[in-house]
Amino acid sequence: MRLVSEFNTLQYEVEACTGCGVCVEVCPHGVFAMNSHVARVVRPDACMECGACQINCPFGAILVDSGTGCASAMIRAALTGKKQPT
Amino acid sequence: MQIATSFPSQAVIRAIQSRLTSADHLEHFLARVGINRMQHRVTPGLYALGNPNSESPVFVTANYTLSFDALRSALSGIDGYILVLDTQGVNVWCAAGEGTFGTDELVRRIEACQLKEVVSQRQLILPQLGAPGIAAHEIRKRSGFKVEYGPVRAADLPEYLKTHQATPEMRLVRFTLTDRLTVAAVDVMVALLPMLIVAAVMYFLGGWWASAAVVVTVLSGLLLFPALLPWLPGSDFTSKGFSLGLLAASPFAIVMLLNQPETAWWLRAGNALCYLLIMPPLVAYLALLFTGSTTFTSRSGVKKEIFTYIPRLAWMLGAGVVLLIALFVFGRLGRF
Repeated sequence: MRLVSEFNTLQYEVEACTGCGVCVEVCPHGVFAMNSHVARVVRPDACMECGACQINCPFGAILVDSGTGCASAMIRAALTGKKQPT
Repeated sequence: MQIATSFPSQAVIRAIQSRLTSADHLEHFLARVGINRMQHRVTPGLYALGNPNSESPVFVTANYTLSFDALRSALSGIDGYILVLDTQGVNVWCAAGEGTFGTDELVRRIEACQLKEVVSQRQLILPQLGAPGIAAHEIRKRSGFKVEYGPVRAADLPEYLKTHQATPEMRLVRFTLTDRLTVAAVDVMVALLPMLIVAAVMYFLGGWWASAAVVVTVLSGLLLFPALLPWLPGSDFTSKGFSLGLLAASPFAIVMLLNQPETAWWLRAGNALCYLLIMPPLVAYLALLFTGSTTFTSRSGVKKEIFTYIPRLAWMLGAGVVLLIALFVFGRLGRF
């Protein structure tokens, strides 16, 4: 079952989780917590899309359109036509 | 030359102390106020703190002076190695977002410093906020080192090292009043000179009140907004900033309305409206720009704010500027 957050771009496939717990460790906003040997999304609204969980999940269970929530970088990218570094 | 070749590694290891000197503190101050912002750098490579041996822990950080110094000053009395990645003078979290504090750079740096010959243990302690740039399982595959994510704040390291387990509290970022004012200081310093120039120009165009409005607008957006962020009414940055802008503009509008009662009411109203149309969108825009300085905004959230508010703010500001020019051309801009 794929969990799709209504607040942001976070998606999580619980079947792919092996319970290693690295997502709980790297998330700076406590979005994940361990629950009987698999990770659960407990605070989906707190996700800031930094991408730490996705890049560190060895099993590809997490998907997030990561980037920095920085308005000046986005506006600058839009004005100069350059791609924003993610 | 016999001696040189008897070293286990050809790579340089620099000795470093935990204690910060007054020169270090001066550099921290300069970095905090935005002087030579991108030039507060440490040479990338391997550093020895205290008297480390082949079993000592290895800590990884960025080559931004404030990152490096936060780490080494937190490790007082601990013997270990510090591996500094080349992040081009950018802090750990931002560099991880940009990918310079990244898997490739870490693997390269481990090899360049011949870390496998310096230590026999195979663990690296990384700052948690480096995680957006690092795939821990990739590092293990490519370098043989196991990545361990330490706490968010270097200051928690001594406590963390007792068990190598971070408490949930150590894993969460914060954004306290002190944090907000610290990051706001850089923006205020950068804006100071342009603000004073515009304020001087506005003095000649519209007098003291117009000049004061420039200073109040800029300081509301860059200083008051960060300070009051959690308590401002509104659901997002732009609406919170707009509320603050209205609050900042209202004294000006009231003065324009009530002063000089001999002037025609519609001229007084025009001048008051000018402040109400120009100041709130500018403060709201500065508030929106503060998103990049925070510890919790997401890209999709900020994108949504940009698309929702920027056109409205631009229209409002445009109307205000047209009114300002009209009042100025007809020589009716409020001078008190």
